[in-house]
Amino acid sequence: MSDLVIAQVEAGYGHVRVLHGVDLTVSDKPIALMGRNGMGKSTLAQAIMGLIPITSGSITHGNINLQGITTTKIARSGIGYVPQGRRVFPSLTVDEHLRILEQKNSKWNSKKVYELFPRLAERKKNGGSMLSGGEQQMLAIGRALMTNPTLLLMDEPSEGLAPAIVEHLGNSLRALVEQGQRILLIEQNLKFAASLCDEIAILANGQIQASVSSYALLSSPDLQSKYLGVA
Amino acid sequence: MSQTPTKQNLALSLSGVSRSFGGIRAVADVSFEVSHGKRLTIIGTNGAGKSTLFNLITGVYPLSSGSIHIFGEDVTKQPAYKRAQCGIARTFQTSKLFSGMTVRENLFTSLRQAMNAEKISWLANPEKSEKLNSECSQILERVDLLRKADIKVSEISHGESRQLEVAMALAMKPKMLMLDEPAAGISPTERGRLVELLKSLESSITLILIEHDMAVALAVADEVIVMHDGEVFTQGTPEEIRQSSAVRDLYLGSNHE
Repeated sequence: MSDLVIAQVEAGYGHVRVLHGVDLTVSDKPIALMGRNGMGKSTLAQAIMGLIPITSGSITHGNINLQGITTTKIARSGIGYVPQGRRVFPSLTVDEHLRILEQKNSKWNSKKVYELFPRLAERKKNGGSMLSGGEQQMLAIGRALMTNPTLLLMDEPSEGLAPAIVEHLGNSLRALVEQGQRILLIEQNLKFAASLCDEIAILANGQIQASVSSYALLSSPDLQSKYLGVA
Repeated sequence: MSQTPTKQNLALSLSGVSRSFGGIRAVADVSFEVSHGKRLTIIGTNGAGKSTLFNLITGVYPLSSGSIHIFGEDVTKQPAYKRAQCGIARTFQTSKLFSGMTVRENLFTSLRQAMNAEKISWLANPEKSEKLNSECSQILERVDLLRKADIKVSEISHGESRQLEVAMALAMKPKMLMLDEPAAGISPTERGRLVELLKSLESSITLILIEHDMAVALAVADEVIVMHDGEVFTQGTPEEIRQSSAVRDLYLGSNHE
């Protein structure tokens, strides 16, 4: 099947190595990746998407080797990426962002994105630069969904969203998971991560330190303190 | 927001502040007052106008109508740098750091403001100034970033750059500190440190915070303003906001305890 298999991946920026041999497999169960700041979570997402080269190890998606191919091809292998910091186009309207990705007979279309985020429908004609931070976040998620991804790779999608919207997003994503949507979620919000994923992988010092059940992590202050450093 | 504030003890006063962009009414007729040393949190739905309000207060955008007083002075027509000179420091929702410089060098640029830079000599070699270096290390320690002091900003994580922004605002020794979602993107540990830091601010500093993380927002606030559709939806103490069913329906959602 189209599992994402990350094996012994090393990567970094310039002379700084951030990932020191990451092993992680994402199949049909959604997985959340958590850990303190600066541990390499976003670096791993960038390595998956080919935005930074990996210096060792391998990443495959189904039978496609992602190493050395362009980000475009990686996206076309079925990975929808919601980058940290949103990266929407300032001069394109909300509707244009979505319409350029519209395909015939596709599971996702702009109407469904507007149903998911009614606020975006109200902002349809506004340019990316006129959106608030939270609205940009909604658009980044909607845009990733428009590519009908097998795997949705989200780097802190809850950042900047009002609590009620986070709750709504969690419910919507859960419904997608039940329909077979695969998810790798990078998150700082434990409650949100746990509401979506049964399994949480902990990244520390550039390696997967542990894989714990979200229920265990949520209910144990000791585990939270051990893996997330929560005092 | 204390008992009958007079003009003298007001840090900030907004009267009928409005701003439209084309046909969009981003901020509409907002009025409130914040007295010296108070901690105000602004929460609200996405697109409610919270960040726009910050930009109006700091002078990034001119007002469409209304007036703003900072420490008793009418700054409505004043440019951003003049308002900064009144003693405002702020952070932005998206990072505005110098990515090619190290964490320490970024902080030097703020400290230079605070130290009034009458001497140019250490500007060329700021790392040689002991005073500057020790002050810099002290502030980095407060935001838990000392171990990253000599790393380029392009190589630190998103959460760490948020912490650096808070450090830079603090380094300016502000009389009024305005933070736009400081807890966004930082881990639970760092969030705990942030709450401690905000609680430990000198009582002379007026704090205005935009935040979606209620654990942070309600922990540090004396007063909370809830915005929706450009207007003040409601206003109250953290406890009143927590109890309000209208705020729960509009903003917090049903899961919130």
